[in-house]
Amino acid sequence: MKLKKGIPVIDQGDKLGFWGGKFGGNFVPETLKKPIEDLEILFNKLKKDKKFISERDKYFKNWVGSPTRFIKLKNLTNHIGGAQIWSKVVSDANGGAHKIYNATVHCLLAKRSGKKIICGDTGAGYAGKMLSMAAKKFGLKCKIFMGVKDIQRQQPNVKAMKKNGAEVIPVYSGSQTLVDAVSECMRYWVANCDKVAMCVGSTVGPAVFVRICGWSTSQISRELKKQLIDEFGSVPKKLKLYNCVGGGSSSFGFWNEFMDYNKKQCEFIGVEAGGPAKSKKHAAPLTYGSKIGILHGAAQYVNQNTDGQIEETESISAGLDYPGISPLHCFLKDTKRARYTAASDEEALNAYKLVTKFEKLRPSLEPSHAFSVAIAESKKLSKDTIVVVNSCGDAYKDRGILKRRLGKKYV
Amino acid sequence: MSNPISYAFKKAKSEKRPALLTYTVAGDSSKKQSLEILKSISEEVDILEIGVPHNTPVADGSQIQTSSYRAIKNGIKVNDIFKIVKDFKRFHKNKPVILMGYYNMIFQYGENEFLKKCKISGVNGLIVVDLPWPENKKFANRCKRKSIFFIQLLSPTTTKKRLKKIIKDSHEMIYFISMLSTTGGKLKVSSKEILSNYNKIKKIDSLKNVVIGFGITEKTIKSLKKADGLVVGSAICKEISNSIEKRQNPVTNVYNVVRRLKNKIK
Repeated sequence: MKLKKGIPVIDQGDKLGFWGGKFGGNFVPETLKKPIEDLEILFNKLKKDKKFISERDKYFKNWVGSPTRFIKLKNLTNHIGGAQIWSKVVSDANGGAHKIYNATVHCLLAKRSGKKIICGDTGAGYAGKMLSMAAKKFGLKCKIFMGVKDIQRQQPNVKAMKKNGAEVIPVYSGSQTLVDAVSECMRYWVANCDKVAMCVGSTVGPAVFVRICGWSTSQISRELKKQLIDEFGSVPKKLKLYNCVGGGSSSFGFWNEFMDYNKKQCEFIGVEAGGPAKSKKHAAPLTYGSKIGILHGAAQYVNQNTDGQIEETESISAGLDYPGISPLHCFLKDTKRARYTAASDEEALNAYKLVTKFEKLRPSLEPSHAFSVAIAESKKLSKDTIVVVNSCGDAYKDRGILKRRLGKKYV
Repeated sequence: MSNPISYAFKKAKSEKRPALLTYTVAGDSSKKQSLEILKSISEEVDILEIGVPHNTPVADGSQIQTSSYRAIKNGIKVNDIFKIVKDFKRFHKNKPVILMGYYNMIFQYGENEFLKKCKISGVNGLIVVDLPWPENKKFANRCKRKSIFFIQLLSPTTTKKRLKKIIKDSHEMIYFISMLSTTGGKLKVSSKEILSNYNKIKKIDSLKNVVIGFGITEKTIKSLKKADGLVVGSAICKEISNSIEKRQNPVTNVYNVVRRLKNKIK
């Protein structure tokens, strides 16, 4: 298995949509074959269309707000006393997280295809919130599927979705989290694919959804590359990019532009959700060596039992609470381009405490996982190493959990 | 030796009626009871579809989901399903059995190992909901070598070009999904429209046995009786759930539903 240079990773899949011959694909009911093929044709055409790209860039710039900040965390760096710690503050983006890129592109595609309704899944509520914002912006009706457990723990985002006019459909099946929300959204699409467009909220699902999402979030690394060159004159000789990984949309977008660099110069570190320290459950299929299986239309490493039933996950962060992982990350892992590790709930909370103590930055629980590992590793790194953490979400949505776990002063 | 599935269609045709196919989830509500249900309905049913329950079934509506979760909760494993089939076949050797499920279960078991077990236990056909054509070509050929029918699915969204290719690669039985829906949806298109789509398939190859499924209940079954076969699934799963709720015997209640279905197409 080999990563090719000079070809975007999203386009390195084979004819059937498999990366490295085994990750991804289209394991979907026959009914979805046609709508998926239609979407593929549309996307392949538009991603080469200069007019479409300038339309995308216009919305990214004026509506999403580009570029998001790239800042040095001076106090944290001084406190740690190792590598320079920087952050790409993607939570600056309209709505407060990276999910806005994928949502915007899906709505633009839906408009082009003449669909008037768009449906989507959500875990932390960001994908849903952003899709509801974009749908409103582009005049589409919006339906969001969300697990009941997530509805309870991510209320601020639920309120935002409703305010934007979206219908939030509670999902009661299974573990009542993201995995079930994605299933239910796909079911809805199976039954309504003639009239409705679907947005999968991360780089997961049938191959075309993986590609669209990766293409959209790559905006993050396009901006970062420019910002690095502005700041340091060139891409630094020792660069380490830390990102949390749930489905894998923000991390893939954070790394994409640096893919062809030698990994000794530019290392990618993906941090999965290890779950509560005392629990055996986790949402870290890459770190803990889960086997390949099929989930939501794609072959990937996924938490499952020997029979092939998908296992329940556990994580304090709803956005990372997913038993599978993008086929793109499976590919990056097996080609050894990226390194993956996990942080526990407690480690993420401690990192949140530390970051907010020293900096005017409030990363949500998802990027707090990435901060945890970045901080621990920075201690041992030289001062000329540039560590960048993608702060891909804002903690506003987590205030209920933070209050409960850390007390009022952290909210 | 020809596959008993072919014989079942021939027999139904000779009686001038469509074949009746039922779908029940293996292990719903228990291993023992699901076997009892199969035994009791087998007199009325031409082909038995047995669901391999999966906990992320993206094409199933709430009725089959409920049955699947119940079966998994009660501890059903893939090996238990083979045992149910084997026990059933000991009781009724020539009644065709089709396993229906999602690809991950087969993938984890290993395609060859799974087919070997199918052969030993007496499975005659397989429906894999999320392994569409052309992805299924290799596996379908493996099935053929073991004289197990791999049943291709067709849907109203299948393009004509694709229709021809799939039918060409299909074995003797084809499953036509009546409408855009998960299983158990209300029939939202007219039977006339469904039959017109069905006829398009038959026109391409009249020798293939085409069954219609999704949205078929006691109310709708009669209007589609021109088809080679009709599948009822969710309505039966629902009956099991209702029986459990009312503390009645699912075995007798399901039998009564199936008998009424059969009477409507005689």
